[in-house]
Amino acid sequence: MTAVAVRPAGHRSGRATGVARFVARRLVMLVATLFTSSFVIFGALYLAPGDAVSTLSGSRTLSPQAVAALREQYHLDDPFLARYFQWLGDTLLHGDLGTSITYREDVSSVIAARMGVTFQLVLYAALIIVVVGVGLGLLSGLRGGVVDTSILVVTTVFAAVPSFVAATVLLSAFAVGLGWFPAVGTGEGLAGTLWHLTLPAVALALASLAIVSRITRVAVRTELGREHVQTAISRGIPYPALVRRHVLRNASIPVTTVVGITIASLFGMSAVVEQTFGLGGLGSALVEASLARDVAVVQGVALVFVTAFVVVNTLVDVAYAVLDPRVKAGSRAS
Amino acid sequence: MTVPVLEVDRLVVDVLVEGEPRTVLHEVSLSLGEGEALGLVGESGSGKSMTARAVARLLPPGARTSGTIRYGGHDVRTLKGGALRDYRGDVALVFQDPRAHVNPVRRIGDFMTEALRTLHGVDKHTAAKRAAAALADVGIADGERRLEQYPHELSGGLLQRVVIATMLLTEPKLLLADEPTTALDVTTQAEVMAILDELRQERGMALLFITHDLDLAGAVCDRTAVMYAGQIVETRESAKLHEDPLHPYTAALVTARPAVDRAVDRLAAIPGRSVSAFEAPDGCPFAPRCPHAVDACHQERPPAEYVDGGLVRCIRADELRGRLAEEVAFHD
Repeated sequence: MTAVAVRPAGHRSGRATGVARFVARRLVMLVATLFTSSFVIFGALYLAPGDAVSTLSGSRTLSPQAVAALREQYHLDDPFLARYFQWLGDTLLHGDLGTSITYREDVSSVIAARMGVTFQLVLYAALIIVVVGVGLGLLSGLRGGVVDTSILVVTTVFAAVPSFVAATVLLSAFAVGLGWFPAVGTGEGLAGTLWHLTLPAVALALASLAIVSRITRVAVRTELGREHVQTAISRGIPYPALVRRHVLRNASIPVTTVVGITIASLFGMSAVVEQTFGLGGLGSALVEASLARDVAVVQGVALVFVTAFVVVNTLVDVAYAVLDPRVKAGSRAS
Repeated sequence: MTVPVLEVDRLVVDVLVEGEPRTVLHEVSLSLGEGEALGLVGESGSGKSMTARAVARLLPPGARTSGTIRYGGHDVRTLKGGALRDYRGDVALVFQDPRAHVNPVRRIGDFMTEALRTLHGVDKHTAAKRAAAALADVGIADGERRLEQYPHELSGGLLQRVVIATMLLTEPKLLLADEPTTALDVTTQAEVMAILDELRQERGMALLFITHDLDLAGAVCDRTAVMYAGQIVETRESAKLHEDPLHPYTAALVTARPAVDRAVDRLAAIPGRSVSAFEAPDGCPFAPRCPHAVDACHQERPPAEYVDGGLVRCIRADELRGRLAEEVAFHD
């Protein structure tokens, strides 16, 4: 290793521009990723077996006029790339994602109507993951002993339970059995929404919560064992300050990454939970549309999910750059 | 010598390795007066760092100790709470790798002023001023700028100087330096050593200097203790260690140093491999590798005895004295 030359970019302003540059680079990557995934999502229609018309019509028998209308609407007689850019233009400029053949409505209005509940659900689950998952992990990592062992056992069980099992068990225990929570629907107002979404959010969060808790535990343990923590101990820094300033601060870097990826993946997982609890969200729309071969809706929802996933990941990357001053130096080399 | 600042007496340390207690230090005794520098020299695994860790109360969990570590009229081993924090304020440590020992995600200024702010209630502004002044003391001119930087933006040598400056902020009475220059290149090494030496003499700090470099210890320290397999085999004035070693291991170490003034075909090496305290045989731990070993050496551990103002653990020390000096002289 050569000695690192001392750069003058150490001032607060220097770091701020560094972070700004990093964020700008991430935004460019975000757009590139979305562009690529839109291409894949669009192309998938033509990779599906059978010809595009039968895929679009859901294999229903159509009159020649209807087939002609479909061909016209989807520009099926144009070359592939032209069609793609036409579709992308409609999507970006007019928010037009086509028409759903099952709902007989614009895909964009189907999505708009169902987006709210999915985002609420994911947000609620994310909150549970952060508060409970990170909380348990900290407790486990810092305390050790019986507390640690108990948390480890519980989270191991949680991690092994897929969300559809969790959803079914929670539903039969707390909704049907004990009657504490409603079994279906979304409720009115904030309190009603929270009450209705609690079981679905817990079902969605459970496995991820367990993983986040274990990652947090390991991160805390790793940081506690670091040499710089030893230095702080040897300087007589009191334990609470030691934990806050050196252990939690440093452990927040890997924990943020895992929490972000976990939350991003909740969008996809929401489908199962929404189906179980009868929530008419994007996830259940995706499932229903797939079964009905309603391609336009599948494309639209997939596009929303991919966007949400990529945006959350970008936020994580930015958080990472803010939390870890070394990221800036690393990104320069890449 | 005046009243010693630190006095370690027959310190034995066992640590847990995979649940089994293993002896890492065996009856280590040393003392350090105000403003005095003692070198602690030995191979990897000889127990040098463990001695510093025991003194700093940084032994791994489950470690067991016996003997005494006396500082300011108390046995360091039994200090608790506020008394332990006060003691830690008096004793500063500088480690081998500054990069690992400074929190990478906090600014230099934060690292430097942390103890002042959290323990001594110094306000942020005053603490920063004192930190910049301390940086100037170790030859870092643009201190205020450095305080805003992160550890990864500084070179190893610069960071080690930052660490030393930081330790000085709390005005310690005793500095434990565990191979502080090993990770640095040679010119930086010399600078860091010069700073340490100067500060010790200016401030009357006692210095326990741990190194595997016999010459470096001799250059900085009044006395040098040589460790082998968890015990100190010889403590002697540094100057005499090279000319008139009392222990065959010291003599072998001196002979094994490459000479700077001429090329040799082959460096002298000590036959066999160095052992840790727990795997040391009965009797003298060096006996299996010692060219002067006799049957009696394998029977029991040699006690520490005074010879010519030095302390040595070798039953043949008196009779070997001239011969070891000759061996060393022949090498030089």
